[in-house]
Amino acid sequence: MSNDSDVLLKVVDLKMHFPIYRGVFQRQVGAVHAVDGVSFDVKRGETLGLVGESGCGKSTTGRAILQLYKPTAGEIFFEGTNLITLKREEMRWMRRQMQMIFQDPYASLNPRMTVSEIVGEPLSVHNVAAGKEIQERVAHLLELVGLNPSFAGRYPHEFSGGQRQRIGVARALALQPSFIICDEPISALDVSIQAQVVNLLEDLQEQFNLTYLFIAHDLSMVRHISKRVAVMYLGVIMELANRDDLYLEPLHPYTQALLSAVPIPDPLADVNRTRIILEGDVPSPVNPPSGCRFRTRCPIADKICAESRPEFREVRVGHFVACHMVS
Amino acid sequence: MPDLLLDIKGLETQFKTPDGIVHAVNGVSFGLKEGETLGVVGESGCGKSVTMLSILGLIASPPGKVVAGEALFFGQDLLKMPNEKLRHVRGAQIAMIFQDPMTSLNPVLTIGRQLEEPLMIHIDMTKNQARERAAELLSMVGIPNAKDRLNDYPHQYSGGMRQRVMIAMALSCSPQVLIADEPTTALDVTIQAQIMDLVKRLRSELGMAIVWITHDLGVVAGLAQRVLVMYGGFIIEEASVNDLFANPSHPYTIGLIGSLPRVDGKQQGRLYSIEGQPPVLYQKPQSCPFAPRCKWVMERCWKENPLLIPISDEHRVACWVDVKTGRPR
Ligand SMILES: Nc1ncnc2c1ncn2[C@@H]1O[C@H](COP(=O)(O)OP(=O)(O)OP(=O)(O)O)[C@@H](O)[C@H]1O
Ligand SMILES: Nc1ncnc2c1ncn2[C@@H]1O[C@H](COP(=O)(O)OP(=O)(O)OP(=O)(O)O)[C@@H](O)[C@H]1O
Ligand code: SF4
Ligand SMILES: [Mg+2]
Ligand SMILES: [Mg+2]
Repeated sequence: MSNDSDVLLKVVDLKMHFPIYRGVFQRQVGAVHAVDGVSFDVKRGETLGLVGESGCGKSTTGRAILQLYKPTAGEIFFEGTNLITLKREEMRWMRRQMQMIFQDPYASLNPRMTVSEIVGEPLSVHNVAAGKEIQERVAHLLELVGLNPSFAGRYPHEFSGGQRQRIGVARALALQPSFIICDEPISALDVSIQAQVVNLLEDLQEQFNLTYLFIAHDLSMVRHISKRVAVMYLGVIMELANRDDLYLEPLHPYTQALLSAVPIPDPLADVNRTRIILEGDVPSPVNPPSGCRFRTRCPIADKICAESRPEFREVRVGHFVACHMVS
Repeated sequence: MPDLLLDIKGLETQFKTPDGIVHAVNGVSFGLKEGETLGVVGESGCGKSVTMLSILGLIASPPGKVVAGEALFFGQDLLKMPNEKLRHVRGAQIAMIFQDPMTSLNPVLTIGRQLEEPLMIHIDMTKNQARERAAELLSMVGIPNAKDRLNDYPHQYSGGMRQRVMIAMALSCSPQVLIADEPTTALDVTIQAQIMDLVKRLRSELGMAIVWITHDLGVVAGLAQRVLVMYGGFIIEEASVNDLFANPSHPYTIGLIGSLPRVDGKQQGRLYSIEGQPPVLYQKPQSCPFAPRCKWVMERCWKENPLLIPISDEHRVACWVDVKTGRPR
């Protein structure tokens, strides 16, 4: 594996189960296995893409990393420090380094706060600036994300979706973090606006040497923005590799099916493709299949796939796969 | 020239709102040929749904109103047709699949009941015939144990299965035209691939014409033969699918195709981005609706709205500039 000093974030066997309570006594009758044992590293300055279909546990992974949930099990090292063992005050300090940009630019900004208050709030909450200095910092941040600083006094509803997402980015940058989790930052935006936001994220990354965990279900955009990519299915990472290795030579049958299903905006490219059409739907995370989570839809599943869970192992240099059938 | 099943001419639809009149569709003309699949693309709010709902007489009035145009179906103007007759056309000859399957299925009726009803109303089947046909339809769209599952309620089906039921329902009376409004947008890609596979199969089996609305150019590339691109309530480009991608001729279409990364990695480097915002529709534009965002904009673009004109046999575009030369057309 990579040299440890390259690793900014290390996630080890992370599990996040949400209990389900029923009945008058509110007894626990089961749990949603939202994230069920995922391990990966994020290297300094890179973008790690995290893809997978709706409900597979991408957002939950991101939130657990930021300690917005208390994980059921596992360890999370940031700059070598285990976040799970940190006290509240220590975690607060750590949080300055780690920020999140959310999917919905309409819901994630407080409608009663001005842009200046929204972007400046982290500065005052963490006591890193006060009074006039906040205003100056806010103006600078707005300029950074391509918004006119004279907009500072306006409210979120006066902006379009793309502009609101820029406000979210400005807020995330306020404390000069080194790591940002982007949770579907463009999926609520119009196609012609998506490129604006993606280009902005790339420019900022270069300028400030930022590290991103980029969560999305759009495999084309993830290919564009990521250095390495992890593919999740039903709470588990099925495959993780360098971008080109994953897209050119996917090893896991789920990744293969997923990639073959993505529409390509080019009628000529589309003609010669072989589609792998998966049968059925994704099973419920309350009652995930035994053994390999993908076996109920897998075109090459065998007996062993129901019996034991495939280990997530490095089958080529830097290329990890969880599948019994891949040698 | 093959006969047109649908011939839409100069369609205009507006909505009265407290903030003013929304000019949602501003003079849209197009034809649908027998057996063809026509893709309609464009971003949120450009008028795709309102165009189709207007044609079928499904615009709620007030606030909406179709203020001009004709929609000829076998030579008869749907916009002037008496309600009773139009309802029959909608049930039996032109079927529509709506974007959100949960709002179009009745949650308190079984799937079977909802499939059987139109068959009994529109093509006079008996209860037993309708039951049998309903089971056939369900298995045709790939739902296993169809007979038993007729007794289920919509919430017992997954999102992808409900979308299939919508398709089965739309196809039940063997319509000549199927209008599908973003039927796969809310679905995951593996489920979307299942549905598109199904539609392609049914299309060749049943030979109907399809209008497929989407904002996803990838979906259009894989499914449509001809494409309309909409912007701000106008059709700004129309071409065969191959010509549209090989030879996009409106600055907006060019920008849209250039701003998409590709899963096969064919498009690399920095993404092309169209600066600015989509238009607000409170006024019918006197200039080109794309002018404020356009790289090629000239003086004339601010003064006159370009009409959709042919640039070759099957290719029409609404732009004052020939983007290949950068000079006026
Ligand atoms: N607070 C919660 N309580 C109970 N279950 C939850 C909670 N948050 C998420 N889940 C469940 O955990 C699973 C994973 O959810 P998550 O939001 O992480 O998925 P996701 O991959 O981000 O999906 P999407 O692409 O739709 O955003 C889902 O089944 C979801 O319903
Ligand atoms: N009931 C209504 N009242 C007022 N305005 C409306 C109404 N219905 C639609 N509009 C407006 O008409 C315009 C066209 O809407 P339409 O639903 O056709 O867009 P669309 O292209 O289908 O977009 P999407 O991709 O988001 O479905 C939009 O600006 C919309 O706000
Ligand atoms: S008419 Fe003018 S403004 Fe409109 S798209 Fe063409 S060049 Fe651009
Ligand atoms: Mg999510
Ligand atoms: Mg619509």
